[in-house]
Amino acid sequence: MAERSFASEVKKLTAGEGETFTGEGILAVTKALLQSGVAYVGGYQGSPISHLMDVFADASDLLESLGVHFEASASEASAAAMLAASVNYPLRGAVAWKSVVGTNVASDALSNVASGGVTGGAVIIVGEDYGEGSSIMQERTHAFAMKSQMWLLDPRPNLPSIVDSVEHSFRLSEASNTPVMLQLRVRSCHMTGSFTAKDNIRPPLTVGEAAAMPRRDVDRIVLPPANFLHEVEKIEKRWPAGIAYVRDNRLNEWFGPEKVDAGVGIIVQGGLYNNLNRAMERLELADEYGTSKLPIYCLNVTYPLIPEEVADFCRDKRAVLVVEEGQPEFIEHELNTLIRRAGLDTRIAGKDILPRSGEYSAKVIADGLADFLKDLAPGMAPEKETAVPIPAEVASQIPGRPAGLCTGCPERPVFTAMKLVERQLGPTHVSADIGCHLFSILPPFNLGNTTMGYGLGGAGASAFKPKDDNGKRAIAIMGDGGFWHNGLTSGVGNAVFNKDDTVTVIIDNGYSAATGGQDILSSRAKNKRRTTNNPITAAVKGVGAKWVREITRTYDIPKMRDTLLEAMTGKEKGPRVIVAQSECMLNRQRREKKQTAAALKAGKRVVRDRFGVDADTCTGDHSCVRLSGCPSLTIKSNPDPLRQDPVAHVENSCVGCGVCGEVSHAAVLCPSFFRTRIVSNPTRGEKLRARIGRTLIQRMQRSSEKRLAARAF
Amino acid sequence: MTDHKNRITIAILALGGQGGGVLADWIQEVARHEGWLAQGTSVPGVAQRTGSTVYYVELSRDDGSGRIPVMAQMPMPGDVDIVVASELMETGRAVLRGFSTKERTTLIGSTHRIYAIGEKSAMGDGRGNGDRIIEAAGERSRKFIGFDMEAATDRAGSVISAIMFGALAGSDALPFPTETFHRAIKESGIAVASNLRGFAEGFEQARQPVAMPAKIAHERPVPTTPRGSELAARIQNELPVAAEDHALHGVARLMDYQDASYAGLYLDRLKAIAALDAAPYELTAETSRHLALWMSYEDTIRVADLKTRSTRFDRVRGEVKAQDEQVIAITEFMHPRLREMCEMLPASIGSRILGSPSASRFLGRFFTKGRHVQTTSVKWFLMLRLVAGLRPMRPRSLRYQEEQQRIEHWLELVADAARRDRATALELVRCQRLIKGYGDTFDRGLRNYSAIIDYYRENPVGAERLTELRELALSDETCQALDRALVAA
Repeated sequence: MAERSFASEVKKLTAGEGETFTGEGILAVTKALLQSGVAYVGGYQGSPISHLMDVFADASDLLESLGVHFEASASEASAAAMLAASVNYPLRGAVAWKSVVGTNVASDALSNVASGGVTGGAVIIVGEDYGEGSSIMQERTHAFAMKSQMWLLDPRPNLPSIVDSVEHSFRLSEASNTPVMLQLRVRSCHMTGSFTAKDNIRPPLTVGEAAAMPRRDVDRIVLPPANFLHEVEKIEKRWPAGIAYVRDNRLNEWFGPEKVDAGVGIIVQGGLYNNLNRAMERLELADEYGTSKLPIYCLNVTYPLIPEEVADFCRDKRAVLVVEEGQPEFIEHELNTLIRRAGLDTRIAGKDILPRSGEYSAKVIADGLADFLKDLAPGMAPEKETAVPIPAEVASQIPGRPAGLCTGCPERPVFTAMKLVERQLGPTHVSADIGCHLFSILPPFNLGNTTMGYGLGGAGASAFKPKDDNGKRAIAIMGDGGFWHNGLTSGVGNAVFNKDDTVTVIIDNGYSAATGGQDILSSRAKNKRRTTNNPITAAVKGVGAKWVREITRTYDIPKMRDTLLEAMTGKEKGPRVIVAQSECMLNRQRREKKQTAAALKAGKRVVRDRFGVDADTCTGDHSCVRLSGCPSLTIKSNPDPLRQDPVAHVENSCVGCGVCGEVSHAAVLCPSFFRTRIVSNPTRGEKLRARIGRTLIQRMQRSSEKRLAARAF
Repeated sequence: MTDHKNRITIAILALGGQGGGVLADWIQEVARHEGWLAQGTSVPGVAQRTGSTVYYVELSRDDGSGRIPVMAQMPMPGDVDIVVASELMETGRAVLRGFSTKERTTLIGSTHRIYAIGEKSAMGDGRGNGDRIIEAAGERSRKFIGFDMEAATDRAGSVISAIMFGALAGSDALPFPTETFHRAIKESGIAVASNLRGFAEGFEQARQPVAMPAKIAHERPVPTTPRGSELAARIQNELPVAAEDHALHGVARLMDYQDASYAGLYLDRLKAIAALDAAPYELTAETSRHLALWMSYEDTIRVADLKTRSTRFDRVRGEVKAQDEQVIAITEFMHPRLREMCEMLPASIGSRILGSPSASRFLGRFFTKGRHVQTTSVKWFLMLRLVAGLRPMRPRSLRYQEEQQRIEHWLELVADAARRDRATALELVRCQRLIKGYGDTFDRGLRNYSAIIDYYRENPVGAERLTELRELALSDETCQALDRALVAA
């Protein structure tokens, strides 16, 4: 099960003709797919498109009733390869993933499907994780669209436009036998809004019916001579067809007057239109309804560009500002070519005025536009808004707040153990992976030297052959998500085959946790539509790993530490694999909170552990924090009138995972930590024993406190 | 700049897991119910894992033309009407990022702190200064509503998002009736009762003047015994007024720690320093602080004593909010090593064991792993009281002799410096701050202290340099920063 249930969202997907759909952008896309008669859907979860996957996963009944096939693909490559179903058959298919990383993984299949071309509409929904909050390298999906010749849509960020563009994508794809990428920025995926729904459509042909009457066309297969034919076909047939569809259906839009005396205009990516309008509003060049004082050519299709449209827009203008986010500035380059070919000498301004890198927020665009007008249309140039920054000495008080492992996270003790091993063996090269565990590179653990991609932690360590027999081994980290995504072969298999002398720690928390807690092959949960409970250890041994250790409770820090030590120092050669298992605490809490509440209500016996720190024995060194970083382990002002440093403090959000205690033992920290076990609805016996104990102890306390009072100040 | 009566922009700054998204949804529900167009955006992703996140909500009133406005997807500096921040430094971040402006922003921010990892992991006090933030929040907003939302959450037994929602309603920054806010909570159908309580609490607080975070006030100890009064009188007669506060706390502490004569020794030592001091007597005041702390060094006897006090049992019950009918058990995580054990013994025996490798090896085996000590069980309670009962023997213990020796050397050094330059003496006194904790932590602290002191003995540097070195020692757990500085010098 995913982090949350999407039952209510699923209900929205059943909205019919004329009903108003209100919800997130990515859900609007999901609904639009059903309205377009999609026959099959696949994809791989990851911000910002996880919800699309989660909702489809929860909507199985609806999908079955419509005859739509849905797969939670093993990777983006698997998802992209699914599009093969649209090559020979008029099946509409859609796949989704986080980009640019997902597109990287998928690119082999994408090149193939783009080469052979498609019969049924093939749409790739990419959540462009760029700018604020992004967790990946800052690159553009645009490059993939160009290199493989797939059309790229970047609609204006409002639900009606987004929904329309989904429906157009399928038609465009079919009209030009070309896969279409629909690009949504992070904020658009999570943006709420409304649109008027249409009825869902059963696919005219289902995947089952297609499979029942196979069709074959050797010209669609990427092998000589067809591959050469494909190149020609792309240029001579599909390209013009694509251009024609975009032009004839007016997918791009125009705003504002056709021309202004100053002879300037703006070309903008559809996805940035709202930011542009807000910028122009602030500069009093537009109103809140998008009534613009400047000509705007809005590219809802950013690849390919439409030569006639470009020429017509630029013809009567001295200069045009291109608002294009990310780099390289492919659109700006292409525009310059088109202008030359059209024999125009309009100046194309872009990244020579706007910043070369970074997100194009309304503020950034406003400043750039003001500069542009100052240079080229001084008559219209507005005043730049300038803000007085707050004094540095105040700003410096505001701490950075990096993401970190959740309260009680089972991955924390793994890194605590690594910290303890580091104290004994000195620093080790650590090849990190993608997932929550990547937070190990941040304080307080500061562990991890590189990350090469999802599931590639193992491969990232493969180059490090120890110097000699007692040379230091590199450590590779891998999550269960990454392991099944490709790590089994690219990491473990590779290490076995090459006799790599490395240590691989596979963190098995039962979910693809970082992407929202989706089930995977090794999940413990019973899932009636998926096959789970396939142990990672079995897979690892299956590819020939000999030295394999399974730790079934990561919170057992001594065991974790000693196993790591054994792996690091053991004499025998070959890869060592440690599978560290404990359930993702976020999901575990979601599951157990309900049960506990119910049990308490029913008056059943419930035990809760919670940790604490004695302020009067804590001296405020915070070693405990440096070995944990748990959100519930924090500090507070020292209650002692003489001591100055803040003391450690455990908040009531503590889930009692036990790491605090284990750490103070394993690291010989301090006796300030204690565990409080709270038993609700205790048994009679318990109550009695407790009462007797309390009475005896209180008696002793009274006498010793009498003595204390006697010698007190 | 055009003024938009038809648009309200709201930025919510929260930490992952605080329900900023829930708040954003509630606000949109309210607006839609009142016939406004509402759009919300956010950038979750990794930040959801405890990082700081920004949610943005834009509300637009239908102007009757039927036109759909173009809505922004992120707060633009200088273009935000309402900021709601769930924590003090997030409030500061809203100001830092220019979301809150004097011209138009109603800034609703909590004054409580959730410390960032950088602040928590510092070896000393790494906390940012909240007062500066509250100041800036007041200066850079049209109206600042500040109160401790965590305390409010505790009072109401709700989630913090409900408090923020209530405060938003109470701020009157939105043109919507309170009933519609209630309705949004009820319709969400989750924890309705507690959320309504939280809402009411937030609403009420939003109408109060800005409440500064409470600071701990320590009232002076008052003598309760004849010996106490004698020592209090000594402080009166022998020490400057500036030192009285700390000295009283120190005496009370040491009588609790050992006995009256030990507290007397403390005053004798202080008196010697005071004799070398002059107004404003900062040296004496700080010495009375650090001397008391050093003389009440944390040993096994002390820990056993503190762990078994009834006041402590009550404190724990309170902390976990235990109900009377609930049974609680307290378990300590102790790791006494042979060293600590020998330090409790009479010096002659203790040092002999530690001196002999074979004895250490033999006995050491019994002190290799940590112990789970269930203080609430009669057996372990007795055991701990037994250890605590060794207090009268403490003055003969190995640790006592070691510490007194260190203290004497330290005071000599301070006195010697005080004769030449009191500023330097003061910094030497403050170096005591480095010695704290148990086990490895104590070893590291003592090592750094000794390193600085030895360095000072060889080249008597001034106050400034000593401050630098002390801060270096507190800047790096591996001690490399300090060592490099000492070598370089």
